[in-house]
Amino acid sequence: MTAAQKRRLADAATVAFCWSAAAGTALAILAVMGFLIFRGAGTLGLELFFGQTHWWDAVTGARPVFDGLWSALAGTLILVVLSCLMAVPVGIAGGIYLSVYATERFRSVAGFGVDLMAGIPSIVMGLFGFSMIVVLRHAFFPHAKTCLLLAAVCIALLILPYLVRTTQNALSGLPEQLRLLGPSLGFTPWQNTRHVLLPSAGRGVLSGVILAMGRAAEDTAVILLTGVVAQAFLPRSLWDKFEALPFRIFYLAAEHRSAAELDLAFGTALVLLMLTGALFCLAFLIQRTMEQRWKN
Amino acid sequence: MLSEIWIRRLLGTAAMVSTAAAFCILLVLVTLALPLFTAGGLGTVLSWQWLPFQGKFGILPMVVGSLLLSLGALAAATPLAVGLACFAQVLAPGWIKSPCLAVVHYMTSIPTVIYGFVSVFVLVPLMRQWFDRGTGFSLLTAMIALTLLILPTIVLVFQATLREVDRTARATCAALGFSKPSYIRHALLPLSRRGLLAAVILGFGRAVGDTLISLMLAGNAPMVPGSPLDAIRTLTAHIALVVATDSQSTFYHSVFASGVILFLIMILINLALRRLGGSFAP
Repeated sequence: MTAAQKRRLADAATVAFCWSAAAGTALAILAVMGFLIFRGAGTLGLELFFGQTHWWDAVTGARPVFDGLWSALAGTLILVVLSCLMAVPVGIAGGIYLSVYATERFRSVAGFGVDLMAGIPSIVMGLFGFSMIVVLRHAFFPHAKTCLLLAAVCIALLILPYLVRTTQNALSGLPEQLRLLGPSLGFTPWQNTRHVLLPSAGRGVLSGVILAMGRAAEDTAVILLTGVVAQAFLPRSLWDKFEALPFRIFYLAAEHRSAAELDLAFGTALVLLMLTGALFCLAFLIQRTMEQRWKN
Repeated sequence: MLSEIWIRRLLGTAAMVSTAAAFCILLVLVTLALPLFTAGGLGTVLSWQWLPFQGKFGILPMVVGSLLLSLGALAAATPLAVGLACFAQVLAPGWIKSPCLAVVHYMTSIPTVIYGFVSVFVLVPLMRQWFDRGTGFSLLTAMIALTLLILPTIVLVFQATLREVDRTARATCAALGFSKPSYIRHALLPLSRRGLLAAVILGFGRAVGDTLISLMLAGNAPMVPGSPLDAIRTLTAHIALVVATDSQSTFYHSVFASGVILFLIMILINLALRRLGGSFAP
């Protein structure tokens, strides 16, 4: 074989390899989504959410839902809102500090801490929450148990590094002349941040928040150790056990006793996929408009 | 001007909290695992048998399980990711390029539990049928699902490097008469080795840290597997199983030891990424 032939063969192999990698991945994702839609689409409807209970009674908590996923959906929503209430202010503030105020040295050290935090497996975060309860039980409150509040704190810790990083990147990604605009007009650092930088980078920050919400909604390992249960109805207080969509999917995959429960599991999986998918699309669109605005 | 100072302090506190949290978590885990070192329990945890009711708390099989699963998934995902990233950056026709990257971005948002769930009903029966052995819950099954999970991380980090290299090298190589595939093989890939290494390290971290895939698919038998079709238990799944099944508190030492090991792996990964330099966050 001549050198030219060899090269042509290698070229063809490269092209074939790259195309098949792309096609294979696309096929795998299509298979996952297709299977879920195929099995789950038929179950979508009011009954999937509320079972035999009237939807108004279920939403107001007047009557418990036994065979729908309302309490799991509500649990997940409450969890996302609670953890975002804790993590979003801290994360955005931390990101602003790192981008606008911090010295080069502090930025480097803090960057390591934040990256490390982002790398912590979620099960370890859950274990941290669980050990807090172990410690509390030994030291102060013998009746301390895992609960909604604990899970929300752990989820907040889990999404915190993403919020810091996206805020920091959104601010640092602004064009140089825009970042110097405020100081050149005699603005103080905070005035500059408040009136120039944040309004310009707002969309980037917002899309980061939405992505963090998606992560909070999908995580299973953390809540597995911090108070999620299979049957809890709506949580009445922060100290209650709760249900969540991802845990219900995990639980039903192993423990379904009837075909109806299996259908419920597929419906739940589809609902979670649509929820995280919707959050993703929202974040993606917001991010795109931001990028278009600051192109050039 | 007073408020300016207070705002600065407030923001600084938030930054400190975000930084210090990681170290606090490590501190708590190490403190709780400490009895192991003082009471000479280290030998019981770092051993090869997990028979908790006979007082054998070895977690080494789980360490091996975690490593085998992660490295296996990494070995499958890396070539796939390289192919996919090169496709998206160089070979893809214009109209397909941005949908292709959008799908990879979307993959990062698919919940882990969905991969596990679908695999339980699709992959596990298939494995049982094909290999006609065991329950279908095995190292190989979990490896396939995990490959799909870590793929987008590797692709996105690697592609960020490819984009930079491509910008500087493309025109030169085109002028030298490289065909597109030769350009990938001889210029693009060699020039973006560091990016690939960073991507692989990050992918490894994601694979080691994953809980749901191994918990749902790997069978959870606490032993060193003899073949890819054997069941394994990972460190992450071990933590979940022991804590979630209301075990006795004497079992907890092994759990905290597992947590510390996972944490140390993450520290090593971050140090390695630091040494590579640059910012590789996905």
